Amino acid sequence: MALYFFTPFIAIILTILGGGIIFYILGFNPIEALKFYFITPISNLYGLSELLLKATPLCLIAIGLSFCFKSNNWNIGAEGQLTFGAIVGGGVALLFYNQEGFYILPLVIIAGAIGGMIFALIPAILKTYFNTNEILVSLMLVYVSKLLLDYLVVGPWSNPEGFNFPETRQFSDSSRMPLLFEGLRIHAGIFLALAAVMLSWFVLYKTYLGFQIKVSGLSLKTAKYAGFKGKTMILVVFMISGACAGLAGVGEITGPIGQLHRMISPDYGFTAIIVAFLGRLNPFGIIFASLVVALTYLGAETAQIFLQIPKYTGQVFQGMILFFLLASDYLLFFKVKILNLKKNELRY
Amino acid sequence: MSLDISFIGILIGSIMASSVPLILAASGELITERSGVLNLGVEGMMIIGAISGFALMVITDNLFIAIVGSMLSGVIISLIFGFLTQSLLTNHVATGLALTIFGIGLSAMLGKNFVGIPGKEFPILFSSLKESIPFFGPILFGHSIVLYFAFALPFLTNYFLKKTKLGLIVRAVGDSPVSASNQGINVILVRYCCILYGGAMCGLAGAYLSLIYTPQWIENMTAGRGWIALALVVFATWSPIKVLIGALIFGGITILQLHMQAIGFRIPVQFLSALPYLMTIIVLVVISRDSRKIKLNTPTSLGRIFYKEK
Repeated sequence: MALYFFTPFIAIILTILGGGIIFYILGFNPIEALKFYFITPISNLYGLSELLLKATPLCLIAIGLSFCFKSNNWNIGAEGQLTFGAIVGGGVALLFYNQEGFYILPLVIIAGAIGGMIFALIPAILKTYFNTNEILVSLMLVYVSKLLLDYLVVGPWSNPEGFNFPETRQFSDSSRMPLLFEGLRIHAGIFLALAAVMLSWFVLYKTYLGFQIKVSGLSLKTAKYAGFKGKTMILVVFMISGACAGLAGVGEITGPIGQLHRMISPDYGFTAIIVAFLGRLNPFGIIFASLVVALTYLGAETAQIFLQIPKYTGQVFQGMILFFLLASDYLLFFKVKILNLKKNELRY
Repeated sequence: MSLDISFIGILIGSIMASSVPLILAASGELITERSGVLNLGVEGMMIIGAISGFALMVITDNLFIAIVGSMLSGVIISLIFGFLTQSLLTNHVATGLALTIFGIGLSAMLGKNFVGIPGKEFPILFSSLKESIPFFGPILFGHSIVLYFAFALPFLTNYFLKKTKLGLIVRAVGDSPVSASNQGINVILVRYCCILYGGAMCGLAGAYLSLIYTPQWIENMTAGRGWIALALVVFATWSPIKVLIGALIFGGITILQLHMQAIGFRIPVQFLSALPYLMTIIVLVVISRDSRKIKLNTPTSLGRIFYKEK
């Protein structure tokens, strides 16, 4: 079991080594490049705030995904649920664009969570009642939601005074997440993420629902014999997952962004899948993993400024982390076999 | 704009050109999936093919090397996926996603020095016939060799799967790896080959984009075509001929929206762009509801890990 939580660290170390090799091949001094990537970004207060800012949505989405993955439901459309949550939440915020009031932000947040939830229900309902493959449906819906957002910000919701830029009006101050510190972008959304971590820990490890989710993930047959309502559970885990992704979307638009436009998320929904895996689907593991993966985003931005490397390099690191993590599980798999446990217990 | 007959011919020709990367990638992925492996890395393999093809063209100034090199690069990158899923028994979905994320990042890194370099003109065949015959000219002639290959590929794939022994083996491995293994078939080896073949076709699809369709290198230039190709395989219910039809429909939607914009049609382009994805979901619902229909071609063991006890 100790090894189970230890291999993510091996994966991270291998990724850093791999990154150094790639930088070397590209003709950079690997030590210096890695320093720009992993140390410079967080060596001041502003950088730390940016790290938490990026870790917040990743953590929220990954927490939601852990419910799906633990119960063997492959929701890989969190990016779409994030986008749709942001659309619904943003729509509410735009309704109140010229009003102030303490009730507006809660309304926007709730609307975003419901939006994400509804969008996640589509693959869930199709899976339970039509037996469709949730991987493909949730994935297709990502593009549908992004195109819908694109349509809205170019067309009906575009800012009337915005000179035809593809963006909406600015939200009113009452629709914005309160900032935690003067001059830093870190906002109250981080408390949503922390609340999600605590809640998910409680639900997964202390409630009957959590027990059902884990049993279904380990063996669907056992779950059936135990008389668990499989269909309801699928709907519930997708709703939880969608709500978390929707919250992440709303956190972005009411936090650092303050309006709707095309680029509300640098693929947080997909990257959060890596976070969920790296965190071993464990709520506290996910906190740690979201910080590590957020650093790859931040490092890529810093490296772009100082070394003129495209910021897509962050994805090289994210891909490598997952490759190495999955590969190092092989060791674990056989370790487990030696211990004579059932092999599918640790396979996702 | 008048809809005369020669204009329709040109339109069909351009729809065919835009469907080529979809046909290539989807035909490759189809073979991979028929062997029971779900590789979500199509987008990543395509973009790697696109940059390697373009980079090789710039460096060697030889289009043949560029095309072959792009296929090889697809093979190499899919080898990562093959090694992880087949030898280290990792989860197909997670590994495929990692491959896509990795591929997009790596291609941008490799392509840093190739942004803004103009491409080279790719030779087209029968260009004189294209001009001289109205309507059929632009449809049948004046295309690159890759396009002709792409349009033959679904038929070749169909023949391979249905009429050859190797095709039968691929299907057996996909439908029941355990019994195939008991028959003495090396399941892992067959799946490796199918994964690498899929990688080669995705690499070629990427090279078509960067060498022929829009001859230049742009970051993230595959622009979601890999995901459409994945959708296409499902849309076609794992049948090669339907891949061709589906690719023409999806490619047609892309071209149609350009022309609709041009003539000022009032349907938002985003709705048209969303159509391939929505149609795929509808097809999924229709085939999944009827278990007999999906059983016809769906590889039963798709995405499941095969492990041979030693």
